Amino acid sequence: MDELTIARSLFGSSLAFHIIFATLGVGLPFMILVSEIVYQITRDRDYTVMAKRWTKAQAILLGVAIPSGTIVAVQLSLLWPKFMEVVGEVIALPFQIELFAFFLEALFMSIYVYAADRLSPITRIVSVFLVALGGSASAVLITSANAWMNTPTGFKASGGKITEVHPLNAFFNPSFPSAALHVLASAYMTGAFAIAGLAAWRMLHRKSEDREYGYHKKALMMSLAVGGLMSLATAWNGHAAGQVLYDYQPEKLAAAEGHFETRAYAPLALGGIVDPDKGELVGAIKIPWALSFLADNRFDAVVKGLNDFPRENWPPFYVHTLFNLMVVIGVLLIFLSFLAWILQWRRRGKKKTSLPRWLLGTLAPSGLLSMLGIEFGWVFTCSGRQPWTVYHYQRTSEAVTDAAGLGLWFVVFIGLYLLLLVGTVIVMHSFFGRHPLREELEGIQQEYPAEGEW
Amino acid sequence: MDEAILAISLVWLFVFIYAILGSVDFGTGFWGMVYTRKGAQAGSIANRFLSPTWEVTNVFLVLLVVTLVAFFPAAIYSFGMALLIPGSLVLILLTIRSTFMVFHHSVQRFRNTLDIVSGVTGVLIPSLLVSVLPILTGGFIDPETRTLRIGKLFTSPVTCAYLAFGLSSELFLSAAFLADYSREADNESTYRVFRRHVVWLGPLTLATAVLTTFLMGREAVWLRDRLLEERLWFFLSFAAFLIGYLALFWKSRDPGKSRGLPRLSFTLFITQYALASFAYGRAHLPYLVYPDLTVAKSVTNPEMFRYLLVSYAIGLAILVPGFYLFWRLFLKDKRYLHQR
Ligand code: HDD
Ligand code: HEM
Ligand code: HEM
Repeated sequence: MDELTIARSLFGSSLAFHIIFATLGVGLPFMILVSEIVYQITRDRDYTVMAKRWTKAQAILLGVAIPSGTIVAVQLSLLWPKFMEVVGEVIALPFQIELFAFFLEALFMSIYVYAADRLSPITRIVSVFLVALGGSASAVLITSANAWMNTPTGFKASGGKITEVHPLNAFFNPSFPSAALHVLASAYMTGAFAIAGLAAWRMLHRKSEDREYGYHKKALMMSLAVGGLMSLATAWNGHAAGQVLYDYQPEKLAAAEGHFETRAYAPLALGGIVDPDKGELVGAIKIPWALSFLADNRFDAVVKGLNDFPRENWPPFYVHTLFNLMVVIGVLLIFLSFLAWILQWRRRGKKKTSLPRWLLGTLAPSGLLSMLGIEFGWVFTCSGRQPWTVYHYQRTSEAVTDAAGLGLWFVVFIGLYLLLLVGTVIVMHSFFGRHPLREELEGIQQEYPAEGEW
Repeated sequence: MDEAILAISLVWLFVFIYAILGSVDFGTGFWGMVYTRKGAQAGSIANRFLSPTWEVTNVFLVLLVVTLVAFFPAAIYSFGMALLIPGSLVLILLTIRSTFMVFHHSVQRFRNTLDIVSGVTGVLIPSLLVSVLPILTGGFIDPETRTLRIGKLFTSPVTCAYLAFGLSSELFLSAAFLADYSREADNESTYRVFRRHVVWLGPLTLATAVLTTFLMGREAVWLRDRLLEERLWFFLSFAAFLIGYLALFWKSRDPGKSRGLPRLSFTLFITQYALASFAYGRAHLPYLVYPDLTVAKSVTNPEMFRYLLVSYAIGLAILVPGFYLFWRLFLKDKRYLHQR
């Protein structure tokens, strides 16, 4: 592998690792906030137990989210120094503001975790709100930087020099609104399904008359409500993001669809593999006219095909598969969460309150699926932008460092990530093994507040 | 003041803040290791401080990197090339340390290993960070390939002197802080432990500082000459140290307490470092990296500059109350300080 490929692999892996913890760092605080609010409405103490246990999980995840984010931030400068030069001139603002969001999150997370027993209920909710706000804000801000790489605005390039910089125009670039909403909605959705999946898994292993079954069912239905709504929102603004592609990054849209011939009434392609020699998509299911309609709300919209672009500017073809998988996951999860609520609604008033086991079985992997959706989506945007780092301005080969010997670091960092994944799982297991739910549910029979030692 | 100077002042201010916070944070990890293994209370005091604060300290490191990129984009290429190896090492150690800090809190079983990890990385990370300073003074970057001569860096006596100075400063400042923190927690026996450390580390740190200046002066003549011009500041810095050191021996007004006024000492030691880094920073100007990168050449465009300053103003206005609450809950609240 050449140094450029290694740099791309190293950086992509670091981000793919960070995004797992970062997404949960946006999604879980949101769910904690929801359960604190549901408690205030229902006064059902099970919801405070949820908030408490999820906070503990989030505090453990934070131990990986923060250093992995630090890695990404520093590696940006180490691996892509010439890209960061452009960032500093044009799109430094979101990076800078993001730090304030990190401070907000770090300060109030410590306060919420280590001082919970000394806070009044209101201060506690305000703290967790600020944690959630900090996480969401950092996601939106970093997305602004990424959206700018896709649709760079706010500067003029003349003779290799950057002039006429307008930081706000760069910040609010054309793909920012749809991308920011899409990232937020998908992160909330992933936080919700992570909990739903775990609750469904636990319910499969409990009898329905158990106290714990009831607890998990509340968690499941609450997170499916959030997850269902958020997955609808994700699909909706994902559609908007697709329309931005049509307007600003036609090569990426064409690659996402395996679309070669420019034409009106273009079909939407599901599945299939691109044959680069023949220049066509083989084995796909095609829905006539749908792509044109989705791209510009008109069946006669002309969708550009890859043949219109020079070959050296084509993105890799696997983005088609990534895009398909992301969309399939989105549609599937919308369907599942609504199905569960409909079944639950039809059983209201009946004696039997358990959910069918086949449904629980299908819901159990939903958290994993949602997380995969996040990964596919990000690799799709970043790889679909290739060969550009800053679209139509800076090529990836122009952004990379000239330093040699990256291969060693690649191996070392991959090892580190594997170690941390294993470590996180062990620590989660060991912590929740020592603090079983049963004990905590018994604890709340007594007086409230019963938190205290975290 | 022109933009480049204002920007570098801000960056240098963050370097200073991180140097102090980092010293206290990493040094506390080290003391925590030493004393938890001996089963003393000093270890638990150290860990009590560390649990809620390391995350906030870490954000300051990121703040430093981001501020440098934002204000001095043209310098990033040189920094990125020169710091690939030490930077990646710091990242790995930092990751291991931070992760273990959190895991430490959740799992009792591995306490001992975890304490060692936080202690050892607490010594290694600052060493690597300090080694950036000699790199910036020139001579360690290959002018052809722009990469770091890592062998030369870690065998040079100058680097060793910087390392010795960095490490003893770290231990000195963290001991001074912990002495004050244990006094605040009304834990006199722990206070005496850390006061003793401050007493021997103070003169040692001073000696390493003098040694570093001397050795560095032989390599980087430009910096030595400029440092000499700033001698007034160094003199003031020394005075702050002296008073702070003497305050360790003054009698407390409260008859139940042992000797020394740790709050006053710690404040004066910070002043000492503030004055000295101000002078060092001034002497380093106009170079970011000697000899080819000056601050004026690498500062960002005026438009971005203005927006960055505005974002700082707004960000600080929002965060100051948060910092205040944080301080009250973890550094002031007796209920937190006194728990067993
Ligand atoms: C749970 C995760 C998830 C799910 C179910 C979906 N997405 Fe997505 N998608 C993301 C998670 C994601 C993401 C990880 O958040 C991305 C990567 C970059 C970004 O802005 O959001 C993304 C990017 C992304 C882009 C690229 C934008 C760009 O490159 O500028 C498009 C066009 C879509 N999505 C469209 C959709 C559609 C039509 C979906 C239909 C259901 C969908 N996504 C579901
Ligand atoms: C889409 C992608 C990303 C999302 C949604 C995201 C979100 C987050 C969140 C929520 C956290 C805080 C973790 C927590 O406190 O729970 C975090 C940490 C961090 N992220 Fe990311 N991030 C993303 C990508 C990046 C990138 C590309 C960078 C590099 C510039 C980055 C830099 C950081 C840093 C430096 C931290 C640690 C902050 C600290 O020290 O507290 N992140 N990220
Ligand atoms: C967090 C989820 C993300 C993942 C999984 C991800 C994944 C990747 C991958 C796989 C690559 C290599 C692309 C290729 O060479 O084919 C890459 C490159 C890159 N990404 Fe992302 N990315 C993420 C988010 C971001 C964000 C938020 C930013 C910007 C702030 C960003 C900036 C970059 C840069 C600068 C490169 C290198 C230059 C380039 O290849 O264009 N990435 N990323």
